[in-house]
Amino acid sequence: MALTIPDVMLARLDPLANWVRSNSLWPMPFATACCGIELMATGASKHDIARFGAEVMRFSPRQCDLMIVAGRVVMKMLPVLQRIWLQMPEPKWCISMGACASSGGVFDTYAVVQGVDRFIPVDMYVPGCPPRPEQLIQAIIDLQAKIRATGTLQGTEFGKRTEHKGPLPMSLN
Amino acid sequence: MPFDTLITALKLKFADLATSEFRDNRRLVVKPPQVFEVLQTLKDEHRFDMLFELTAADYLKYPKATDRFGVVYGLLSTTTGERVFVKTWLNEPELTLPSAFPLWRGADWMEREVYDMYGINFDGHPDLRRILMPEEFTSYPLRKDYPLRGRGERHNFPVITRAES
Repeated sequence: MALTIPDVMLARLDPLANWVRSNSLWPMPFATACCGIELMATGASKHDIARFGAEVMRFSPRQCDLMIVAGRVVMKMLPVLQRIWLQMPEPKWCISMGACASSGGVFDTYAVVQGVDRFIPVDMYVPGCPPRPEQLIQAIIDLQAKIRATGTLQGTEFGKRTEHKGPLPMSLN
Repeated sequence: MPFDTLITALKLKFADLATSEFRDNRRLVVKPPQVFEVLQTLKDEHRFDMLFELTAADYLKYPKATDRFGVVYGLLSTTTGERVFVKTWLNEPELTLPSAFPLWRGADWMEREVYDMYGINFDGHPDLRRILMPEEFTSYPLRKDYPLRGRGERHNFPVITRAES
């Protein structure tokens, strides 16, 4: 049976943009620890995030849509993380991968930031130490569902997040 | 060279040298002003030509400790394979030692690490900056009176919300 393609198709712009964006999430691999190894495994042939359009790891933030913070972030690295986040073009999303990126993990010391969500906006958290590739893939699938459900062409849903939803910085006293 | 022979030779020059030995761990304890001279003598006259370790420890609240900081130099003779540790004690506020950089270039980063972690200064070091912690860090984190979770340094950053990024 021959597949007939119509000459003209109609669609609303928001779902069309969401469909395109959610299926081409190019990750920025901010891999600082063992979670980075699982991130590499996720990208490799066995788990293969190419199935979800997210295989194009870009090492330049200017070409990325999805920051994956994989591993602990120390206080000397946090300004770098924030700078890379600001350098990424819109629209962009962030996955906090693993216990350390999400909460500091076992590293409750003077040098380790207790969760990157205190300082940059995070869309999806992945628990685990380190999480298995399946968990990261599930996070990407969930993020795709979130983009399809809430995304707009102009990205107005980002502008509404004026308040910081993660844990607030501890006071100094 | 047996340790006794080394001690006898050194005591001709440095009379108040304290020594101890446990298994193959041979130690010389010297006063801070003599450190450079002792290291130089060991390097030039006794062929301890390699500085394989330079580190420190904080003895605050340590049982029976009388001094605050211990700075340890580990020397190795690459011809005989012998090792000797030179230790010196420091107390606040005189936390200054002569730099071993003129004897061994390898002392450069090790002295910077001791300075970074304990706040011990090395006179004559060519570039005494912090090596691990950020430049604007003000504490010395491996001192025992520094809290494990810090004094808020890890939370002292601007918060970026999604709307403004």
